[in-house]
Amino acid sequence: MTAHGSDGGPTHKAVERGTALLIAVFGLIVIVGSLKAGINWGAEGPRAGFFPFYVGVSIVAASAINLWNALRDHDDRLFAEWGQLRQVMSVVVPTAIYVGSMPFVGLYVASIVFIGWFMRWLGGYRWLTVFAVALGMPIVTYLVFERWFLVPLPKGPVEEWLGL
Amino acid sequence: MEELANLFHGFAVALQPYNMMLMLVGIMLGVIIGVLPGLGGANGVAILLPLTFSMPPTSAIIMLSCIYWGALFGGAITSILFNIPGEPWSVATTFDGYPMAQQGKPGEALTAAFTSSFVGALFAVVMITLVAPLVAGFALRFGPAEKFAVYFLAFCSFVGLSKEPPFKTIAAMMIGFALAAVGLDSITGQLRLTFGVTELLNGFDFLIAVIGLFGIGEILLTMEEGLSFRGGQARINLRVVLQTWKELPAYWITSLRSCLIGCWMGITPAGATPASFMSYGIAKRLAKRGGNFGNGEIEGVIAPETAAHAAGTSALLPMLSLGVPGSPTAAVLLGGLLIWGLQPGPMLFVEQKEFVWGLIASMYLGNLAGLLVVLTCVPIFAAILRVPFSIIAPLILVLCAIGAYSVHNSTFDVMLMLVFGVLGYLLKKCNYPLAPLVLAIVLGDKAEEAFRQSLLGSQGSLGVFFSNGLVSSIMVLGLVALFWSAIAEGYSRLRTAVA
Repeated sequence: MTAHGSDGGPTHKAVERGTALLIAVFGLIVIVGSLKAGINWGAEGPRAGFFPFYVGVSIVAASAINLWNALRDHDDRLFAEWGQLRQVMSVVVPTAIYVGSMPFVGLYVASIVFIGWFMRWLGGYRWLTVFAVALGMPIVTYLVFERWFLVPLPKGPVEEWLGL
Repeated sequence: MEELANLFHGFAVALQPYNMMLMLVGIMLGVIIGVLPGLGGANGVAILLPLTFSMPPTSAIIMLSCIYWGALFGGAITSILFNIPGEPWSVATTFDGYPMAQQGKPGEALTAAFTSSFVGALFAVVMITLVAPLVAGFALRFGPAEKFAVYFLAFCSFVGLSKEPPFKTIAAMMIGFALAAVGLDSITGQLRLTFGVTELLNGFDFLIAVIGLFGIGEILLTMEEGLSFRGGQARINLRVVLQTWKELPAYWITSLRSCLIGCWMGITPAGATPASFMSYGIAKRLAKRGGNFGNGEIEGVIAPETAAHAAGTSALLPMLSLGVPGSPTAAVLLGGLLIWGLQPGPMLFVEQKEFVWGLIASMYLGNLAGLLVVLTCVPIFAAILRVPFSIIAPLILVLCAIGAYSVHNSTFDVMLMLVFGVLGYLLKKCNYPLAPLVLAIVLGDKAEEAFRQSLLGSQGSLGVFFSNGLVSSIMVLGLVALFWSAIAEGYSRLRTAVA
C-alpha cells in the first residue's frame, strides 16, 4: 500500500492523529455533559451522568493510547491522494446541499435535482437519460412509499402546488 | 416435543400466501442490496424498516430477515464474477471464486457458493431451533446483574476477537455508548448531554447511524477507489449445477468445520466477516490441495461462504433468546422489534410464540427460496452491476435519505445521516471497527439500565457482579475476552522490545 502516482495527499498517520484527537475531544464533551447531569449518587441511586462519565473517561483514555500509537507511526503512506479526496468531496458537497435543502423544497424536488446533477456532471449522460432516471426514481418512490406503504415523505411548495 | 409443535405452527404462519410473497420480495431485494456496492445487509434493512411499520410484526420480520438472507447470498455473486465483494463477508470468497470464474468455471463457483451458503444457513437454523428455546429458558432467570454480565461479555468479545487494534475497538464502542446516553435518561427522567439542542432530546437513533456509517460511508469509499466493473459472463445451467452438486459431498469435512466456525463466531458477536476469513484460513491449512488455494480451488469457495452464512444466521440466536444481537444486521432487526412494540429477550419465547416460531420457520423456507432464486436469476442480478456507478450512487444516496427521514419523519435526521456517513468513511479508513459502535448505540440504554439497577440493589458495590456462580462465570469469561487482546499485545510488544 505505498503511494504511487504524481498526485500527493495527506499522510495516513496525520489523519490517524487527527481522528484520535477528534475522538478525544468528543470524549471531553461527554465528560463535561455528564458532570452537568451529576455523576454521583442521588436519592434514586446513580445519577444520570454516572454511566456516561465513565464512558467519556474511557473514550479519552482509549484515544490517548491511539494517539500515542499514531505518533510513533513513521510510515509515510498516504491516506488518499488529493484526486481521490476530490472524488469523495464531489459526493459529500452535493449531498450536503441536497440534505440541507430538503426542509425547504421537499424530498422530491431535491432528489430530482440531485440525481440529475450527479448523472450529468459526474456521469456525463445524455439529457434524455438524465431526465428519465431523475424523474422516474422520485415517481417510483412516491408510489411505493406514500401510496403503497403509506409512509409520508417531506414535501415542499411544488408538491403543495400540485396538490399531492 | 413442545418445540416441534411450535415449529410446525411456525411453518403454518410462514406458509401463508401473504408471508410467502413478502419472503420472495425480501429475498429479491436482499440479493439486489447484496450485489450493489454501498447497500449492505445492515443499512439495507434499516432503510426498508419504515416500510414495515404498518405490517403485522411477524410478516415484517419475515420480510426483513429475508432481505438479510438475500444480502448474504448476493455478496457472493459480485465476488465471483467481478472480483468485487458486495459485502465485507464475501471478501474471502474472491480469493478462489474469481480465479474460478476467470478459468471459465463461473457456474461451478457460483453453485458451490450458493449451495455452501445454504448448507451453512441450514446448519445454523437447526441449531437455533434446538438451542434458542433452551437459552431463552435459562435466561428467564437472569436478574439485572446477569443481564449486564451478558452485555459485558458481548462487548468484551468484540475487543478480544476483532482484528482491529483493541483500543480502537474500545474507542468506537464507547462512542456508541456515549451516543446512546444522549437525551432523556430513562431511570431519572433527567436530560443529559443535549447541551440545549432540542433535536437531541430523543437521543441518536441507531438506524440513522447505521444508514450513515454503512451506507453513505461505503459510497464515499467506493467513490475514492473509482470503481470500474470488468467481469465475466454469468452463465449457469442445470447441468453445471447438478455436476457441481455431485462434487460437493466430497468436501463434507470442510463444510462441517466451516459451519461450526460460523456458528461460534455468529453467536459471539464477531460476525460473518471474521468467520469467513478464519474458515478460509483454516481450510487452506488443512485441505489436501491447500497449496493451490488462491488459484481457483472450489474448497476455497465452500469454506468462507459456509462460515459467513452460518455466522450471519446464528447471529439471530442471541438476538432472539437474550436480546443481544450478534451482528449489525441483527441489531437492526432488534431495533425493528422495539418499533413493532415487542420486547426482545427471553420473554419473546413465552409471550410471542407465533412471532418467534414464524420467524424460525421462515428461516428454513427463506433460505431454500433464496437458493432457488439466486440459482435461477444470477444473470439478472449480474446485469444490475453493469449499470454504471454514477447512476447507482445518487439513487442509493436518495434511498438512504428517504430511509433516514422516515424513521422519525425528521429532516434533522437526514443531515445527521450525512455526518455519520463522513464519520464512517474516516473511521473505516483509520481502521476503527463500526460494528461495536452500532451495537453500543442499540444496547447502550439497556446495558446502562442493567448496570444501574444492579448497583442500586447492592448499594453501589461492584461485588454484585461476582455475587453468585452464574454472574461471576459470565463476568470472568468477559474479562478473559477483554484482556485476551491486551495480554497478546503486551506479549508481542515485550517480544519486539527484547528482539
